[in-house]
Amino acid sequence: MLDNRIIDELKTIVGADNVATDRQDLICYGYDATQMEFLPDAVVHPGSPDEVSAVLKLANREQFPVYPRGAGSGFTGGALPKGGGIVLVVTRLNRILRIDTENLIAEVEPGVVTEQFQLEVEKLGLFYPPDPASLKFSTLGGNVAENAGGPRCVKYGVTRDFVMGLEVVLPSGEIIRTGGETYKGVVGYDLTRLLCGSEGTLGVITKIIFKLLPLPEAKKTMMTIFDSIDGAAKAVSTIIGNKIIPTTLEFMDHATLQCVEKRFNLGIPASGRAVLIIEVDGDRDLIEKQAARIQELIKPLGLVECKIAKDAAESEALWKVRRLVSPSLRDVNPDKFNEDIVVPRSKVPDVIRVIEKIQQKYAIPIVNFGHAGDGNIHVNIMIDKSVAGQEEKAHEAIAEVFQAALDLNGTMSGEHGVGLAKQPYIHLELKPAQVATMQAIKKALDPNNILNPGKMFPV
Amino acid sequence: MDPLKRVENELKKCVKCGACRAHCPAFATFGKEPAVARGKVALAQHLLKGDIELDDATYAAMSKCLLCGSCVEKCPNDVPTDEIVVVAREALSGQRGLTTFHAAVGRVIRNRSLMKFGAAAARILGPLFFRKVPETSGLRLRFPLPFLGGKRHIPSIAKKPFLDRHPEVIPGEPGKPRIVYFVGCMTNFCYPQVGEAALALFRHLGCTVIIPKNQQCCGLPGMSGGDLDTVRGLAEKNLAELERYEADYIMTACATCGGALHKFYPNLVGKRHPELAARLKAIAEKTVDAAQLLQKLGLNPEETGAGSDIRVTYHDPCHLRTRAITRQPRELLQGTPGVELAEMEGADKCCGLGGTFNVYHYESSLAINKMKSAAIINTGADAVVTGCPGCMMQLSDGLKQQRNRTRVLHTLEILARSIRP
Ligand SMILES: Cc1cc2nc3c(=O)[nH]c(=O)nc-3n(C[C@H](O)[C@H](O)[C@H](O)COP(=O)(O)OP(=O)(O)OC[C@H]3O[C@@H](n4cnc5c(N)ncnc54)[C@H](O)[C@@H]3O)c2cc1C
Ligand code: SF4
Ligand code: SF4
Repeated sequence: MLDNRIIDELKTIVGADNVATDRQDLICYGYDATQMEFLPDAVVHPGSPDEVSAVLKLANREQFPVYPRGAGSGFTGGALPKGGGIVLVVTRLNRILRIDTENLIAEVEPGVVTEQFQLEVEKLGLFYPPDPASLKFSTLGGNVAENAGGPRCVKYGVTRDFVMGLEVVLPSGEIIRTGGETYKGVVGYDLTRLLCGSEGTLGVITKIIFKLLPLPEAKKTMMTIFDSIDGAAKAVSTIIGNKIIPTTLEFMDHATLQCVEKRFNLGIPASGRAVLIIEVDGDRDLIEKQAARIQELIKPLGLVECKIAKDAAESEALWKVRRLVSPSLRDVNPDKFNEDIVVPRSKVPDVIRVIEKIQQKYAIPIVNFGHAGDGNIHVNIMIDKSVAGQEEKAHEAIAEVFQAALDLNGTMSGEHGVGLAKQPYIHLELKPAQVATMQAIKKALDPNNILNPGKMFPV
Repeated sequence: MDPLKRVENELKKCVKCGACRAHCPAFATFGKEPAVARGKVALAQHLLKGDIELDDATYAAMSKCLLCGSCVEKCPNDVPTDEIVVVAREALSGQRGLTTFHAAVGRVIRNRSLMKFGAAAARILGPLFFRKVPETSGLRLRFPLPFLGGKRHIPSIAKKPFLDRHPEVIPGEPGKPRIVYFVGCMTNFCYPQVGEAALALFRHLGCTVIIPKNQQCCGLPGMSGGDLDTVRGLAEKNLAELERYEADYIMTACATCGGALHKFYPNLVGKRHPELAARLKAIAEKTVDAAQLLQKLGLNPEETGAGSDIRVTYHDPCHLRTRAITRQPRELLQGTPGVELAEMEGADKCCGLGGTFNVYHYESSLAINKMKSAAIINTGADAVVTGCPGCMMQLSDGLKQQRNRTRVLHTLEILARSIRP
């Protein structure tokens, strides 16, 4: 528990209205999308980098933990205050500071919601591609801290690929800038990259400089239905092998299709065993050509049906199928563990086959969908927590799923990070020397272990 | 915590994904998690577990909800946060008693004659007590109540309430639908012209229109304060009235009343009073919105809606939007000669009224309303059109605050332009 003296000091720093200790507030900042829950001792809403700095200095002096938080949409518990202390909510820092249309960069505060930023730059004919499915509510700071990715990553890359520079409050309270506004820059270590994906353990991000692209003129969406998952996977490698990089290549396996179909009756043919949603963007003429070429290339691969959207409304209808996946999953079982493994593109069918075996072994339904273009599969292990023993079984199944991904030269997380949820499994992927290197960095920056302690590495 | 037990299963559905953060107008203005649907659901879960109290902080969080249903529509897990909030408010009022304001609201809406008396008094005495707005229409009163910041504009009150103007049964052509019209207080006392337009349109279609004389307030203002006893009492009286006639449809031209009959009665009162459930359900199934019904009955706006050229923009009332009635009014408007429909940004966003929310959180309500007014003004429309007299009041207030002269009309007023007396 923090004593009142510290609470008073926090109030002096950020203003009394921005420190909350009511149990109701503690509850509301004690959860995230993992559905785990831990109560902090206080919730603090700083309004400037200087206030963040002062809070961290106080934390060092008084030795209490500080957990940075954006929208709390994380899937691995990264923002959860396991161990008490304060949750530091950065959503008051929510201004888009500038959009520089000449140099194609933008400077923003971390609390800006991702989609709002996208819409603002698009008004100026510019483009910020990273598009996590949570873009309507997650924050850019959270995206950078988790190095979030989405369907467009195949073509454009993840959040990190758009971060040029940061302003960061280090755990010591010192404010530094990393990177900058230039496309080139080779002076010193690349701290920007180190901080992207650091899950709020190395510093609090208070400003971000993003690189922007010109907004593509048009896009074209296709829904392609295959008679096997191999056909769909082969389609992915064939398209890319033929030097077309679509904006998105989203796939849904048979179990997923059955879920959606059962609930929403979208008329997907019975012989369809896998769906790929393919989108290309660019100049109008180019995408017409690309769409035609893609169709030609995938026809021999067990294509059952190919729907091409004529306009934005039809495109939206095709995407709807993908968006309906999550709500339909509940019909399988009430609780789910959503993992986000990645394997090399060509290994997607292999890993799906192994997952099928795991599903049979544990007799738990597993539904797979995700970003086929970059081999990122959302493995949804569906259980009913109220049935005794199911949760334990799920954890064993998850460990096997991770191992399967690693055996195929993949990784256990492409998007959601480690946080608390994947911490027990980190040794599957990282060798002791790797972990030791990372922990040495953490120790150097945060000797008192006050910033987001207990995350990422096993304690 | 008894009331919350009724929503125990619904509470379990929330996975804390945070999607509601993007859609909750209360959160958009308060900016802190207890104000968002996810937070309110979490607090209700903890109330049920018994590890927080029905104290001021819980009260404050639960009061920050407009019951707009945006979260419910967009929630991937179908969590009915609006119902959960009402039930939490019921628990709060059960333990702490109703606030003076909500108790007063209950007293007024339970009692038609008191309301009538109040309306008459306000109409006659109003100009003496309240300063008249000098500019624009001149018909609006300034309502200098302290909690309204002395700025709120309220509509003027009709000389003769709508319900007193017509016989109970207005026969139509044989073989044509029989419609029971649930009028609602706002139409009855403040916007009788909406009722006249409804009547004209359905008579034009040859329908028999029945306006039961003893219909009461739908009770939503009471629901907003968690006063479900009052809502139940009103629901029972209304049931008795609406059941008196054989009808093909029960029609409302007020989104709020429609929401009550169609959604909140069966979901909230029905769950609480299972003995009424079947009757409430029967009424709910017959309830239709005027625009929906006009389209269904094949109204041809070319015949009824001619008039001078007008550019309008349409605001979706929450209680039509959440019942998926968004297309019908637009199509009718677009089919009307001389009417040009210009979409505003965020037409589907709440206007900020939110039952009694606008009383307790006037600043926030005003901020929401301000965005709405800006969107309306941006379209350059001559009038903003909507399907809810409650929204009409809020939109007028917002536009007046901006010193803007855009008119506020009900969809039916446009549709009945050439047939109204
Ligand atoms: C429905 C849904 C869909 C999702 N889809 C995707 C997806 O497609 N791709 C994807 O990558 N992720 C996805 N996610 C996960 C999540 O949305 C992302 O991880 C997102 O980037 C988290 O942002 P946030 O603002 O919610 O951060 P939070 O959850 O609040 O925090 C996440 C982590 O970032 C840290 N952090 C937050 N802000 C800062 C800051 N300013 N400085 C330092 N550290 C900070 C926190 O300490 C924590 O460790 C999804 C989540 C949901 C619920
Ligand atoms: S109410 Fe719905 S949208 Fe909001 S957090 Fe819960 S599940 Fe998600
Ligand atoms: S009903 Fe409206 S105001 Fe209330 S929680 Fe849901 S979105 Fe927010």
